[in-house]
Amino acid sequence: MSSLVLVGVSHHRAPVELRERAALGRDDAAALAKTLAADGEAVCLSTCNRTELYLACESGDDAERRAEAALLALESELGPALYRLRDEAAALHLFRVAAGLDSMVPGEGEILGQVRAAYDAGSTGPILDRLFRQALHAGRKARVETAIGESPASVSSAAAALAEQVFGDLAGRKILVVGAGKVGDIAARNLLSRGAEIAWVANRSADRAGALAKRFGSEPVPLEQIDEQLVAADVVVSSTGAPDWVIGRDQVEHALGRRRARPLLLIDLAVPRDLEPSIHDLAGCYLYDIDDLQAVVAETIAFRRREAEQAEQIVAAEAEGFREWQASREVVPAIASLRARADEIRAAELDRARLTGSERRAAESVTAAVLNKLLHLPTIRMKQAAAAADGVIYADAVRHLFGLEDER
Amino acid sequence: MAELLFWPALLAYGEAAVAYFGDARRPGVAGRLATWGVRIGWLVQTALLALQAARADGFPWTTWAGSLNLFVWLVVGAYLIWGCQPRFRLLGLTVLPLAAVLFALAHAGGGTTATGESRYSNLFLVLHVGLVLAAFAGFTLAAGLSGLYLWQERRLKRRERTILRVRAPALARLDELAAKTIGFALPALTLGIGVGVARLRERGGGFDALMGVTLVTWGVYGTYLALRLTTGLRGRRGAYVVLLGFVLVAVVRLALPVTHFS
Repeated sequence: MSSLVLVGVSHHRAPVELRERAALGRDDAAALAKTLAADGEAVCLSTCNRTELYLACESGDDAERRAEAALLALESELGPALYRLRDEAAALHLFRVAAGLDSMVPGEGEILGQVRAAYDAGSTGPILDRLFRQALHAGRKARVETAIGESPASVSSAAAALAEQVFGDLAGRKILVVGAGKVGDIAARNLLSRGAEIAWVANRSADRAGALAKRFGSEPVPLEQIDEQLVAADVVVSSTGAPDWVIGRDQVEHALGRRRARPLLLIDLAVPRDLEPSIHDLAGCYLYDIDDLQAVVAETIAFRRREAEQAEQIVAAEAEGFREWQASREVVPAIASLRARADEIRAAELDRARLTGSERRAAESVTAAVLNKLLHLPTIRMKQAAAAADGVIYADAVRHLFGLEDER
Repeated sequence: MAELLFWPALLAYGEAAVAYFGDARRPGVAGRLATWGVRIGWLVQTALLALQAARADGFPWTTWAGSLNLFVWLVVGAYLIWGCQPRFRLLGLTVLPLAAVLFALAHAGGGTTATGESRYSNLFLVLHVGLVLAAFAGFTLAAGLSGLYLWQERRLKRRERTILRVRAPALARLDELAAKTIGFALPALTLGIGVGVARLRERGGGFDALMGVTLVTWGVYGTYLALRLTTGLRGRRGAYVVLLGFVLVAVVRLALPVTHFS
């Protein structure tokens, strides 16, 4: 009977310095899976947080040794960080991974796509094919039936989600980026990925503003001359290193008069802060600084953890389904032998009866129906018994009772 | 038969109202149950109205209770256009309990049974009552949107930690939808009033308090749209004006009908 084996390394036990040495690109992962699948099935799942090898073959011990050797060949120091799981535990682990329950941030969305890609690139047979399809199903189900992946889990994505709370669809919304630092750059990219337009980049240094503006295809403006941009912008993202306010309340109040009551979202990612806090008191202005955003993110992550409890139940139920399927495979040969023997007897008896064409067709139809009805219940019962772990006893009993021993 | 249709419709609206509360606490299955409750309730109420129309000799919703029945159907129908989207489920939390209560009131007043004949012509009633009620349904929905706007705006101003967890429709979208709804409802009210005034001139009759408040309501929403186009009235102030208009709609629908219905 085939065993399912998992050997891997992940963020739980290995620092990034180790993980990065064991990380594989798509082609390398596919090639490794192909090599390991020489006498069975193999899939290599490699992401920034984990490299895991899933193998299904007759000898679990041998598969484990080969998987370990393959990972240690990538990085010899991985040894103490490796984990090894078999059968039900391995399946449950993959289902948890696909649902984002084993990720650094619970419910992160990328992992499901990465599991899908690993499955597509793997060398799968009946067991890993079923395992990965069911894992993808479990991952989707956990996300649909719980809110584990719904809220943003980083400051930059929270800023973009806030913009969506104010404006809805961000397509065509104009962003003013103040400061050419990395934090603002990441937040701007997040807004850009949701359809917003980085219209202006303002910075004290014209060179840095120009460089960043060029990357976004936007217009560089001197920091001292952003009054017009405050009138036209929908979102302001600020992250300069300035010690004082870069944008004051008076400046925004002046711009509001010409905005015709359009809302303005201001994101202050700088420490010390760039935007005068009392801007938030102005009608239609929503100012969020780094602490506000971090509080929102902390809340969403806490919520994800609460949702994870429900997702764990979904994943456990799916893993149980896989276990039952795998167990039922143990009785499949006995069921197949029984049905083959019954068909053989039926065909022989029909041959002996010397029937005409139409009589034979009628008799075939009747005997096939009788046979199916007779064997239906034993088939179901044997599969149920297999799921309850005493399937082998039942299978042996059937083989003995019907004289199927020779066909094992 | 009408009785047989009323109770399932009320039950479906009631189920939707309760499910919307559940969805607000924990989004997911309850939200889908609420959506189906609204759909089924509205379809059953449609069947009820069709039955009333088929059985009555003339326009069947001439009484206050009858018009309330039609009003509920229009409000829920307007809500159904986009209210079943997950983000607008919070709006259902305000619309469906109101619809269920008004529907029960309509039943208590005898507005859900097949009614008899009317002394007005069908064309006049369809145009006058139908258009005015359609407009009021629009204003009710706009008020729900504005209420949701104020709630969401307050959360943003208070920088609530749960702002991204309990998702509401975007502020700009709520503001825009409320204005669009009023943009459709106001011309309907104008026409409905016009038909009523024309009949008043033709046949004579007194000017009652309900007519007066209806005209003030028209003025409030007209001013809202005019200011929105000219000075850019939107946001919190715009939402307050829409809610003020709705207070007048509530007065017209609930407090003054005895002065107008006969």
